[in-house]
Amino acid sequence: MHEITAPLKSFRIALLGNPNTGKTTLFNVLTGLNHRVGNYPGVTVEIKKGSFVHQSNAIEILDIPGTYSLAPRSPDELLSVELVLGLNPLEKVPDALLVIADASNLERNLYLATQAFETGLPVILALSMVDLATASGVKIDFKALSEKLGIPVIAIHASKRKGLDELKNAIVSLQTEKRMPPVPVFSQDVISNRAKILGLLGDKGSLFLAGRLLFETDGFLAQQLERKLSLSLTPAILESREALKSLGINLVSIEAKSRYAWIREMVQPCVSKPESKVTGFTDRVDRILTHKVFGMFFFFLIMFSMFTGLFVLAKPLMEWIGEAKNLVGQGLESVLPDGMLRSLLVDGLLEGVGGVVVFLPQIVILFGFLSVLEDCGYMARAAFLMDRVMAKCGLSGKSFIPLLSSVACAVPGVLATRVIEDKRDRLATILVAPLMSCSARLPVYVLFIGAFLTEGYGWWFPGLVLFLMYGIGFVTAPLAAMLFKSTILKGKGAPFLMELPVYKTPSFSVVFARIYEASFSFLKRAGTLIAATMVLIWAVLYFPYVSSTGENYPERIAATENKEQQDALLLEWKKNSYLGRAGRSIEPMVKPLGWDWRIGVATLASFPAREVVVGTLSIVFGLGKDAQDEQQLLEILQKARWNDDPDQPLLFNVPSALSLMVFFALCCQCGSTLMVIRQETGTWFWPAFTFIYMTGLAYIAALLTFQVGMLFL
Amino acid sequence: MPTLDQVPIGCKGIISSIKGEDATAQRLMEMGVIEGEPFELVASAPMGDPLEIKVQGYRLSIRKSEAALVFVQVS
Ligand SMILES: Nc1nc2c(ncn2[C@@H]2O[C@H](COP(=O)(O)OP(=O)(O)O)[C@@H](O)[C@H]2O)c(=O)[nH]1
Ligand SMILES: [Mg+2]
Repeated sequence: MHEITAPLKSFRIALLGNPNTGKTTLFNVLTGLNHRVGNYPGVTVEIKKGSFVHQSNAIEILDIPGTYSLAPRSPDELLSVELVLGLNPLEKVPDALLVIADASNLERNLYLATQAFETGLPVILALSMVDLATASGVKIDFKALSEKLGIPVIAIHASKRKGLDELKNAIVSLQTEKRMPPVPVFSQDVISNRAKILGLLGDKGSLFLAGRLLFETDGFLAQQLERKLSLSLTPAILESREALKSLGINLVSIEAKSRYAWIREMVQPCVSKPESKVTGFTDRVDRILTHKVFGMFFFFLIMFSMFTGLFVLAKPLMEWIGEAKNLVGQGLESVLPDGMLRSLLVDGLLEGVGGVVVFLPQIVILFGFLSVLEDCGYMARAAFLMDRVMAKCGLSGKSFIPLLSSVACAVPGVLATRVIEDKRDRLATILVAPLMSCSARLPVYVLFIGAFLTEGYGWWFPGLVLFLMYGIGFVTAPLAAMLFKSTILKGKGAPFLMELPVYKTPSFSVVFARIYEASFSFLKRAGTLIAATMVLIWAVLYFPYVSSTGENYPERIAATENKEQQDALLLEWKKNSYLGRAGRSIEPMVKPLGWDWRIGVATLASFPAREVVVGTLSIVFGLGKDAQDEQQLLEILQKARWNDDPDQPLLFNVPSALSLMVFFALCCQCGSTLMVIRQETGTWFWPAFTFIYMTGLAYIAALLTFQVGMLFL
Repeated sequence: MPTLDQVPIGCKGIISSIKGEDATAQRLMEMGVIEGEPFELVASAPMGDPLEIKVQGYRLSIRKSEAALVFVQVS
């Protein structure tokens, strides 16, 4: 007889743990590169799914975001609870839970485990950081703990691949022998009231869920469940609460107190701690790094080195990328015939791809620095030192580094907001990060300061103006954050409680994995959109290439040898293109800023990236595609007259040059940033919002600059 | 009885109660800030806020506004 091989049915486990317990390390070691990111509408958390095979058993792992408790107070946290309990329609209920706990801080880590014990699923407890615990004199009797809890307890050190086989064996043997976890003890009155609520939940219920509904005083979970399961729960919950209150039970503290008391009872016989605590390494280091004076000194030193490193290391790499792009472009130009295809490939696609790749050095370097700081434990100290300042604009210390990073470039800056747990804080940080003056604004500042604010002023004046341009971002970003946090992102967030982990040597594989993840997700998701934007802008500057009088510009340019004539034709062509027409039609709007249509076109064309404006200015001021040197462009700008009419006054004066710089300081002419915001928020709404508010702000500020400036002239 | 934001740096003692019935109080307790636990106020950030405390054998950064909810008994 022939046996039909049944489709491999995999055993599903969900991985739970506090932040920084080594959850990601374990997940990566178990699944290798065999994982992907799950997609759940309406939430911003990334949930990874992976799988591995052990002794021909297929095991699937769902990586739940690190958390201290399974008490959902936001849609993101609710998703974790739904996935664990099998309430999410997109995922089946897991067959078991794997809880990873930090052995060097067992009691607090087991809080989450006690919640997992009430889900009605088998649980395996993996203990990480056993080496750290041992080093500080803590001894744990794993066997005794396993017997006491009645579940497998396995010591692991994922990056050293210790304990992994034992862990996998334990997972596999769960398929045949379900060892159920113990149920943490509550007082009899709590238990009977919890049972009443459990009765209402039907087949979706669990002790954990019933308990949550009873203890959760803000009603968020009850509301969500009533809607999702169409049940009526609130009256019964309120009745039970009243009953317990009348017995003198404090519903707010009973849960935590009972759980911690139970944990102590379980752990005490199995763990021995050293009698007198010696001052640890972390205490000694912290005495300096969180010191009022030295701490701040080291903080600024570290930030300064990070930035110098970022600029110094990224610059040559970015230049190489630019050169490689030019080489490929020249190569293409030499093999392809002149025409639309060549222009599409060279000016559209290649620029697009180049415009994506050019961000990689900054992303890799910044994430290199940040991952090292995070993994050695310093990141939490940085947030600790900066919290007071950031709290003034409604954010927390965790927003400081992403905002500071945006001074280099908002793209990695926005990616760096991933460390901010509070959803509103993270969004507010994302929205204001592009206001920080990034390095792409520098060419614009340098050109215009060089042309209009250098000659005839003191040697210190250009530097001062440049400083003030950067100052615009440093002042506006916190103000905007404050505004958003008190209007559209208003609400009582979670209290800012942050664990300050012990210092340790950063792990190379963790650092590498973070760099890889940030770069890869950027290339894959934002990269394609950025390249597409570039091609789109190319198209609206290329078409139509035949004038209304039947002149075919590309052909005419190819036919003439005279450089001046070519530049004039190019200008004529771009003026006639869709973007050129749009630029001319918005002239009434940009005139109050002191600009003519040419600056309007250059601004529109710089949508994919601000630095493009210099190149476009060169075209619209008749210097051809690439001005030979910036000096030439600078002189042309100084002599330019309104609408190129020699009878008109000079186009640029100090107020109009300033208005242009102010506009570029505040606008969001950066398609890449917008696409990264789209990637990180998961909707088109927030990038659209960012673009609109920043453009509005930039317009008003530029208008004021010009109009007020003219009063002094 | 003093609250955690009123005691001097370096002070040790026992947490005696947490004020409030909202999610903030619950979060504090989940993190191990519960009555009867020993604590130590280790440091404060340069501008006096937030505070660094040791509870349950780990270090926790807590803002003064939340520390004001925690009543303590100094030993
Ligand atoms: N000493 C030690 N370090 C570990 C152990 N497991 C993980 N780590 C390190 O702990 C840090 C945080 O790990 P990660 O996997 O990012 O933690 P997650 O936040 O829980 O995902 C990394 O530097 C790991 O190398 C362990 O058992 N012992
Ligand atoms: Mg992680």
